[in-house]
Parts: sequence; C-alpha cells; structure tokens
Amino acid sequence: MGKVVLVTGVARQLGGRFVRRIQRDPQVERVIAVDAVPPEHHLGGADFIQADLRQPTIARVLAETAADTVVHLDVTATALGSGSRTSVKETNVIGTMQLLGACQKSPNVKRLVVKSSTNVYGSAPRDPAVFTETTPPKSLPSGGFAKDTVEVEGYVRGFARRRPDVAVCVLRFANILGPTVETPLASYFSLPVLPTVFGYDPRLQFVHEDDVIEVLRIASHEPERGTLNSGTFNIAGDGVLLLSQCSRRLGRPTVPLLLPAVTWAGSLVRTLGMTDFSPEQIRLLTHGRVVSTTQMRETLGFRPKHTTAETFADFARNRGPGLLPPETVAGAVDRIAALPLAGGGNLPTQSAN
Amino acid sequence: MADAKVIPFDDDRSRGSAVQRPPRRRSAGSRRKGTESSLVREVQPLPSRPPAQDDVPVTGEEQPPEQPRDESDHGGLERRIAGGLAFLRRRLTGDYDIDDFGYDEELTDQVLMSLLRPVYEKYFRVEVKGIENIPSDGGALIVANHSGTLPMDGLMMQVAVHDQHPDGRHLRLLAADLVFMLPVVNELARKLGHTLACAEDAERLLAQGELVGVMPEGFKGIGKPFSERYKLQRFGRGGFVSTALRQGAPIIPCSIVGAEEIYPMIGNAKTLARVLGFPYFPLTPTFPWLGPLGAIPLPTKWTIQFGEPIPTDGFPPEAAEDPMLMFNLTDQVREQIQHTLYKLLVQRRSVFF
Repeated sequence: MGKVVLVTGVARQLGGRFVRRIQRDPQVERVIAVDAVPPEHHLGGADFIQADLRQPTIARVLAETAADTVVHLDVTATALGSGSRTSVKETNVIGTMQLLGACQKSPNVKRLVVKSSTNVYGSAPRDPAVFTETTPPKSLPSGGFAKDTVEVEGYVRGFARRRPDVAVCVLRFANILGPTVETPLASYFSLPVLPTVFGYDPRLQFVHEDDVIEVLRIASHEPERGTLNSGTFNIAGDGVLLLSQCSRRLGRPTVPLLLPAVTWAGSLVRTLGMTDFSPEQIRLLTHGRVVSTTQMRETLGFRPKHTTAETFADFARNRGPGLLPPETVAGAVDRIAALPLAGGGNLPTQSAN
Repeated sequence: MADAKVIPFDDDRSRGSAVQRPPRRRSAGSRRKGTESSLVREVQPLPSRPPAQDDVPVTGEEQPPEQPRDESDHGGLERRIAGGLAFLRRRLTGDYDIDDFGYDEELTDQVLMSLLRPVYEKYFRVEVKGIENIPSDGGALIVANHSGTLPMDGLMMQVAVHDQHPDGRHLRLLAADLVFMLPVVNELARKLGHTLACAEDAERLLAQGELVGVMPEGFKGIGKPFSERYKLQRFGRGGFVSTALRQGAPIIPCSIVGAEEIYPMIGNAKTLARVLGFPYFPLTPTFPWLGPLGAIPLPTKWTIQFGEPIPTDGFPPEAAEDPMLMFNLTDQVREQIQHTLYKLLVQRRSVFF
C-alpha cells in the first residue's frame, strides 16, 4: 500500500517543486497539494485542493483523503502576491494550529514534517557563535516571521506530546537561496547597491533549494537504516560566508549605514510597502547567525550537495552581474600586476608578508 | 579574598630556572649569533643590561642583511609583489574562507598581525617566556591575568603565540559580550578569531583542537584601579575549568607583566560609564584630559610567561560537575599565575625598561 502525502503551501515555487519531486518516489501512491490560492506552476499528477489552512476545512480534507504523511510548508516570511503581514502571520500560526488539530483527530497520520527556520534562534551579540538545536536563544524574537516560527514550533511540540505515535520532524532551514526561490534575503541581494550596517560583518549560512527538496523528501519517508528522522534538525550548507564576501562575490557595492539609520530606513521602506525589510532581517544582517549541522549529518543522515559558498555562487550566476563584477575587479588587479615593477612596487606594502 | 600569604620568590622551580639560565649564559657575548627573533627575545631579561638597548642593535643588525638581499635578488621582491597582488585579488573578489566563528586566517596573518606586530615588538617590547609549554597540537586552554583598562594584553598574547610558537599556532581568544556589541570592534574581533566567552563556544573550539585563550577576571581585572595592580581578582565561577575538564584540554596559566601600567587608572567615572553602558569609564593621568592624546598607552616593558600545563584528562567525566574540584583547580591556576606575577615583578628592573 502506497503512501498518501499531503503537502501545504504548494502555490509557492518550493512547494510546487517538492510536490513534483515526491510523486516520483515509488512508495508514494498519491500526493494531495493544498493551498489557499491555485498555483501558477503545474503540480504534475498531484491532486490540488483549494483550502484555506485558517479554516477548519483542512480537517475534512485530511479525513477524506486519509493522508498518512503531512508536509507543512506553509510557514513563510512573505505573503504570496499582495498579502499583508497580518494575513501571513495568521496563515503561519492559525493555519498551523488548524492543521495540527486536524492531524490530531486523524487516525491515519503517521508522519508530520514542518518547515521551520533558523530564525527561531534570533540574532543577538550575546549569543554563542554557533547554535545547536538545543541552544536556548538569549533574546527571543520579538515579532515578525521569527516569532511566528517560534510559536509554530511550540504548537508542533505540543502536538508531538499529544500524539506520540506520530513521527514529527521539524526542519530549521538556514536562508534558502537558489535559482527560483523568492525570499527576503534573495530580494535583498538583488538590490543594485547593498545597504549594510556600519561596523558589522555578519556571518551567513545558506542552503540550496535542491537540498531543501531532498531533505524534505528524506524526512517524509521511513528513515534509512541507522538514521532517525524525527526530531528537530538544523539544515544548512557547509561553511560560512561573511556579508562582505557575499557582496564582493555578487559584485554589488555596499553602502555602510549607521545602525539607527538602517532601522529607520527599514521602517520607512516597510511603510511604503516596497520590500519586506523587517527588523529581524536587519538583525540578521547585523549580527549574523550560524547553526551547527552535526545532527543533520549524524542523526538525519543527510549531507547537502551544495556548500554555503556553492549555493551562493549558483544564486549569483542566476542573478546576473552587479555593478562591480568580480571578474572586472580581478582583471583590474591583473592589469596592475602587469604594470612595470616601479608602478606596482608600493602596492603590497601591507599585504605582502 | 584569600591571597597567598607566603610567596616563595626564590623557590628554584625547574621552569623558572630553565628560563632564567639561557639569558645568563648568553650575556657572555654570544648574543650576536642569536639572530632568530625567538632567541633574541629570550635574551632580554638580563639583570645586568637594559633590554631596551639590546633590542635596538638587534633590529639594526637584522635589517642590513635583509636589504641587500632584496636589492640583489629582484626575484624575491617580484615574488612578494605578485603575492601581494594575488592577495589583493582574492580579497577584492571575496575568494577567501572563514570558519564558523568568522575567523579570517588570511586577513589575520597578512594584515592584522602586521599592524599589531610593531606595537608588540617596538612599543611594548614584549618578552615571551615558556612558549614551549604550549603544546604543538591539540586543544589547550590558556588562562591569563587581565589588566590595562583596554584589552591590549589579549592582543599581545595573541601576537606572542602567533609569532613565537614554533608550530605557528593561532590563539582563539574569548572576549566579553561588550566586544560583540560595539560596531567595528566586533567585526575585527571576529576576524581575528575571537569569540564570545561562553561555555558553548569555548568547548566547540577546544573540541576542534584549537588553542583557546581566556581571561577569567574579566572586567573586574581589566577595570581595577591602579593601586590594585598585579592583584588577581576573583576568577568568576571557574567555568573555564569545567570547560577544560569536559574536553580534557590542559590548562596553561599565563602571567602578563607590564599591561597594568599602560593606562594607570586612578579614577572611575561611574555615572558616565553607566550612561554609556560601559562597565567602567577610566580616568588616567592623561585621559580624558588630553583628549585622544591621552589614549596613547604608556610604553611599558612587557613580559608574558606561559606556565607549565595543568593536565585535566586524568579526571572522570563527572568531575566537571564537582564544585569542590572546580574550586581547587581554579585556585591552583590562580595561585600559579599570581606567584609567577610576583616572581616576574621581582625580576623586573623598571616599568619601562
């Protein structure tokens, strides 16, 4: 008997890709794709059911389809199309509550996978440099998407206590980047000039969307021998990039601004509704965040194919060159190197050992 | 605070005598042969000759042989320029690696250490003893006294380990949270390999086999009045001992003489400190009366002595939770640092020479 997988949040690129991918797995018999709005992309052979997660209809959907695996991807930072922050928060928190309530009543559900984010750790100067899954955050996120994820995870923990027979897997993703996904960080990196916070160079970690699909697939199937896929896992690519490195690799110049100016500009941009430059985004771009992926490797048995740097390179390739492409800069340095010795002689005074 | 009542200055411990003897031998006039800087620096604690005078001819001797070599051998200079340009190219295109803590080894080695080295060699004329007590590989915890209003002693200790250790080990310092709240400072600290003084980060670094430096006195030590110089303050709760025990890393006590006098703190503007959010606001004979000029440290002569390692791998795993053992080990480390401090002070001829 094959599995019946119910996926929420399929109107987004990531959800759509995951639905198309999981159908190809032999043990999956049927995929039910749920979202409040019909997706623009095709969903392969999956059955799309238009249902708003905030309404109790999801319980009926779950009962009628007898889904045994629920993959909850509808926990997102930004609204699809033109939605307000309030509706995003409702979908995240109320939607999760409704879905968990439905799962609790359904005797068929055997496995629950929830997409979360490393935002739950917050970002503060007093935090340890590397977060593990058990690190308590020094300062809980006070609002926005980060607070949503904290609340969602709280409800999921409550559900796991009430239904110990269901395998619950919470995946805390680092910043997802890739050719297709639209995240606030991706739109930030698409700005022609990157505003940064003066005097801070945050450490960032990325995870490639291909790896996101793959780890979601691992979490929604039976665990492989010697691994365990229930629990909470940080998901991030290997290695760390500094924001300054990112801007240089993208070829986009940075404009360092003082922290109060950045906060003020962020709220101005938010009021005008141009981009979602939220306070937690500013905190991430001030203090950075790095998570430990030991559990992901050793317990979940997942090894990402893309490192942080490769993920970023893939993203940069798809975004087109910035104002100062790295090749041009490297060429300029090479031209200096080609100059006669006298001209280049005073350059490396500091850098040469 | 129960300080040592009887301090055996003249106890002929193997470490003390081993360090003292070579200088005495070399005072016979074999100094010129010791062109290697590590040897030269050991020479300095001569009871009979002012070390400052020693240092000047040494550098004068060292430079002439270097310069003709550069002029005669253009290949060397070209190689240096090429190396410098390759470095510049890597930096400008963002093509370099950092670790999870944000430690930028290349920048530290090539630029930041070059900036600190003149201060270390020419200004404070740091003399290093007992560098052989630092193991050539594996994790170890260096515990040092803290003084001097500004944490110059930590930076000098880092240069000492970097330049003097035969295996070129890098010291990873644990810094107060204030460091990571200040703009620019936090960026430089992370790039120099410093991280927040918390058990998680320290254990992670020790587990990676890094050399970790900690100053358990913290703000109590660095912000103590001039009248209390060289009196060790309380060593926190001894958290560093349990961290070392958990990782089985040896503890290397380190005594730094000279840092106490760089900014003689004769007063503390507590109200101003509270307004600015600092733990103390130093008033020295020159600061803030002379403005930025007053922030120039006094050119004292420094001695950094690394003591014999205290092994921690012989204890059972539950020892890290034993408060009595913690207190005993903390006291042992503290006493050893205090004794060495007094001994070095007795040997010291003058604050400035």
